[in-house]
Amino acid sequence: MSGKPVLHYVSVRGRMEPVKWLLAAAGVEFEERILKTKDDLQKLRTDGCLLFQQVPMVEIDGMKMVQTRAILNYIAGKYNLYGKDLKERALIDMYVGGTDDLMGFLLSFPFLSAEDKVKQCAFVVQKATSRYFPAYEKVLKDHGQDFLVGNRLSWADIHLLEAILMLEEKKSDALSGFPLLQAFKKRISSIPTIKKFLAPGSKRKPISDDKYVETVRRVLRMYYDVKPN
Amino acid sequence: MAEKPKLHYTRGRGKMESIRWLLAAAGVEFEEEFIEKEDLEKLRNDGSLLFQQVPMVEIDGMKMVQTRAILCYIAGKYNLYGKDLKERAWIDMYVEGTTDLMGMIMALPFQAADVKEKNIALITERATTRYFPVYEKALKDHGQDYLVGNKLSWADIHLLEAILMTEELKSDILSAFPLLQAFKTKMSNMPTIKKFLQPGSPRKPPPDENYVATVMKIFKL
Repeated sequence: MSGKPVLHYVSVRGRMEPVKWLLAAAGVEFEERILKTKDDLQKLRTDGCLLFQQVPMVEIDGMKMVQTRAILNYIAGKYNLYGKDLKERALIDMYVGGTDDLMGFLLSFPFLSAEDKVKQCAFVVQKATSRYFPAYEKVLKDHGQDFLVGNRLSWADIHLLEAILMLEEKKSDALSGFPLLQAFKKRISSIPTIKKFLAPGSKRKPISDDKYVETVRRVLRMYYDVKPN
Repeated sequence: MAEKPKLHYTRGRGKMESIRWLLAAAGVEFEEEFIEKEDLEKLRNDGSLLFQQVPMVEIDGMKMVQTRAILCYIAGKYNLYGKDLKERAWIDMYVEGTTDLMGMIMALPFQAADVKEKNIALITERATTRYFPVYEKALKDHGQDYLVGNKLSWADIHLLEAILMTEELKSDILSAFPLLQAFKTKMSNMPTIKKFLQPGSPRKPPPDENYVATVMKIFKL
């Protein structure tokens, strides 16, 4: 009898949010343990639960998995969201690499000064609209299908939707030059499991506010002196 | 008739080196196109770079970008990625650890002297208290020669690369890790890897000031 996956992390979106997206899209219920104090983190460490002393950590199928990319790869593979063969997986990995880089620019966003937030916002929007969104728009245009890879929902689609929504939080018309991505966004958002995740009351985290920022700094003892790109 | 993979990057280690390691360890011959300033623009204008970035590897009819995607593909193709989902999970976890460690070292040449000095101390501490203990324990717990599944995998090759890179920073970094020392010796003597470690192979030297200047110019950093 396998229990639900248990996600161990702090209370911001950070690196765990894509894991939640993927599990939710796959229709997999999960539990969360939120680290609130640095003692919470220390306990996980002294109990030997964290391979490299870091979170995210996900208890799944008898493993205590760490390293976000490893966790995501495993979930994608387990729930058939990773393509049908090596070549489809290659495309999915490439596309996810791009959205990972894009969302990565926003990881430290909550910890920036107000002035630096403005700078970083401009930076991310510029990268999205000149480098990343054009690439995905072209992929959809070239094959004319509903999904990025293999004419079927995959991790790449879920990750791209997450990236689009994050960018739109920074600039609501971020997709204005990209009609196919606009249609893609509507289409993927209406998939029942994803629609449920996007509705209020789901485990999706809101944008981190200042209240959480200080907690995370204390718990992880990181992000004290963050600079924009 | 399969063509050789073709690697597009600057003439240095950077993000391409792990790819060179993996291909070499798998016994796969490859070609390299070294980028000078104009070439990057040309590659971009030709539409060869999905996200306008290198590394890019032409392999099996694809122009692959994104280092991890390339490495995962090569590992999968040459049976260096475990036999099932769970073995792959462990390989992925181990590789991400060595990626984090090597990532810290790769950033050093581009840092100011005082920042660099602090980071070298941090890297040494992390290597000996966070990363190497994990791999030492993995080898100790199962007593096998390889990290996962009693068989050579991408995780072993990546770990060897990380060990050698860290030793370039501090030559006795493995002094507290007897199993890793034995692992290093054994892995280094595997024929394909031994060949890669010899002069004249595609292995690139550690970055020097010249390389840093070239990279800054090409990528407009």
